[in-house]
Amino acid sequence: MSDQALSPAPRSAETSHPPLPETHFIRPPKKRGRRLFNSLQPWLFISPFIIIFCLFTLFPLTFSVYLSFQEWNPVTGLSGMNYVGVQNYVEAYDDPWLWKSLYNTFWLAIVSGVPQHLIAVPVAYLLVYAVRSSLRHVLTATMFIPFITSTVAVALIFYSIYSANTGILNQMLLGASKLPLIGALFAWVPDVMPIKWLTKSDLIKPAIAAVVIWKYTGFNIVIYSAGFVTVPQDVYDAAKVDGCNRLQQFWHVALPMIRPFIFFAMTLTIIGNLQLFEEPFILTSGDTGGVGQAGLTTSYYLYLVGWEWLEMGAAAAISWILFLIIAIATSIHFYFNGRKGMEGNR
Amino acid sequence: MSTKSLSLSATATAKYGFLIVSVLITIFPFVWVAMMGSHTRAEIFSAPPPFYFGDDILNNYQRLLEIMPFWLVLWNSLTVATLGTIGAVFFCSLCAYGFFAFEFRGKNIVFGLMVASMMVPPVLMLIPFFLTVKFLGLLDTHFAIWFPGVANAFGIFLVRQYMVSSISKELLDAAKIDGCSHFRIFWSVVMPLIKPAMATVGIVMFIGLWNNFLSPLIVLSSPDKYVLTLALRSVQSFANTPWGAVMLGTFLSMLPLLIAFLFFSRQMMAGLTAGAVKG
Repeated sequence: MSDQALSPAPRSAETSHPPLPETHFIRPPKKRGRRLFNSLQPWLFISPFIIIFCLFTLFPLTFSVYLSFQEWNPVTGLSGMNYVGVQNYVEAYDDPWLWKSLYNTFWLAIVSGVPQHLIAVPVAYLLVYAVRSSLRHVLTATMFIPFITSTVAVALIFYSIYSANTGILNQMLLGASKLPLIGALFAWVPDVMPIKWLTKSDLIKPAIAAVVIWKYTGFNIVIYSAGFVTVPQDVYDAAKVDGCNRLQQFWHVALPMIRPFIFFAMTLTIIGNLQLFEEPFILTSGDTGGVGQAGLTTSYYLYLVGWEWLEMGAAAAISWILFLIIAIATSIHFYFNGRKGMEGNR
Repeated sequence: MSTKSLSLSATATAKYGFLIVSVLITIFPFVWVAMMGSHTRAEIFSAPPPFYFGDDILNNYQRLLEIMPFWLVLWNSLTVATLGTIGAVFFCSLCAYGFFAFEFRGKNIVFGLMVASMMVPPVLMLIPFFLTVKFLGLLDTHFAIWFPGVANAFGIFLVRQYMVSSISKELLDAAKIDGCSHFRIFWSVVMPLIKPAMATVGIVMFIGLWNNFLSPLIVLSSPDKYVLTLALRSVQSFANTPWGAVMLGTFLSMLPLLIAFLFFSRQMMAGLTAGAVKG
């Protein structure tokens, strides 16, 4: 450091100053204009963030708090706003559709969230310990593909797969029922055909959940693979010496060691799954949440209220309710799993 | 390890069976959509549906062009994703340099706000975002889709962390003594050193914008401005949906990213898992 500070640099007028202590990064300027420029310079560099943050985050967020106490149809322009106090929140509390949507949201968050991890952890473990590393990358990458494809495309594909009369899913089930040995397992299939996956209220949610699981499991596999790779081999060796078999090693050694990764992946799943919008939206073809609103998540409902029914104030109130719920769910997760999750077991 | 003994034990079969089934389930829908794009409507709706490639791609392509201006829409997606990516790579790096190279009053507050803003779930931003776009008169413009992301908190945070871990402040001091302005330091000294972080931001932004559905849905209204996701969704509700054409369009819309993934799978996986902090 001092070497560099003392080295001659004749082009710079500033070298006439004695070398500054290391903590001073910006040199004291000579002229007044220069000083102003220097004090503004950091702000110039971060100005793109400040501008966009104020414009698209800070101001709108504040405004949406205000808006949630108004009645407002965006078509009428700003003058059409009416202060209604907490009415939007009271109405939301009395709104059966909101409660239904919250139920659906939680149902989907759990049913589409838990299996992702139950599948991803063992698959990642197998990939790391039972597959050659060259092949491992190919397999992991393949399973990751759903994550990089757009949810709209994925939902459209599944929309056709789920099609009641001719969708490949129903056809495959029918085909399975005709197979010699395992056919007996599917003997019930012909009786219930055609299965209306997307137009029967008690099948919509499982159908949506399957798509979500399909799309995000690969992502979790990549995270967990990264986790298992970090576990040093000698830990397993030690466990082996102590007489652990493969399963015990998995359960008592590997799992505790990747706890931070599980914590991280679960956090993402919780926050993401409580906001599901695109999958239910496309799979119920943008209707009012499918038959009996069985596929109506809260994000979806928020969209309906704001953009289809043009009640922006009520939609703002719902978005704050949803935010609160996400915040509470995340806090509960942090409270119970946070300490162990962040520290791991090392 | 266990593969050395070539005896196909039950556990090995189970292991590989499990992996193979996982892979098959993963790729099945992609094979399926490619196949469906090559069949007529009648073939698709026959029972059992054809599980092979048909010869109706060209007809489906014609139908696709009838139901949506496919290439225009693809071009729109490409413009939005490219502009947003270039903007984000540059401006996120610029802001990150601001947080990295300077000590100034209020820095910690701004930085803290920035980190906090990463925690805000996107759903909460939906209405505020729409309002801002409306107030600024940006409804039905592509600008409103890509611009808000060019200086996003996640990108700045990521690049700044990378700078902290890979660039010493002595290097900046040296450049300063040589008479470089800060912008010059940023452009010629720092930028070449942070390429990996810039690549990560670029990958995450491009994929995110290409696949983006929510902001186009609430911002765009005229069909000639539509991006791929929105256009595909809009033909879903047609009466007598020409499924062959829709499936072909869906497949084509995924193709660019799939091809990119073929070549850059490592970078894309690393970038997206790092980028997942954004959610």
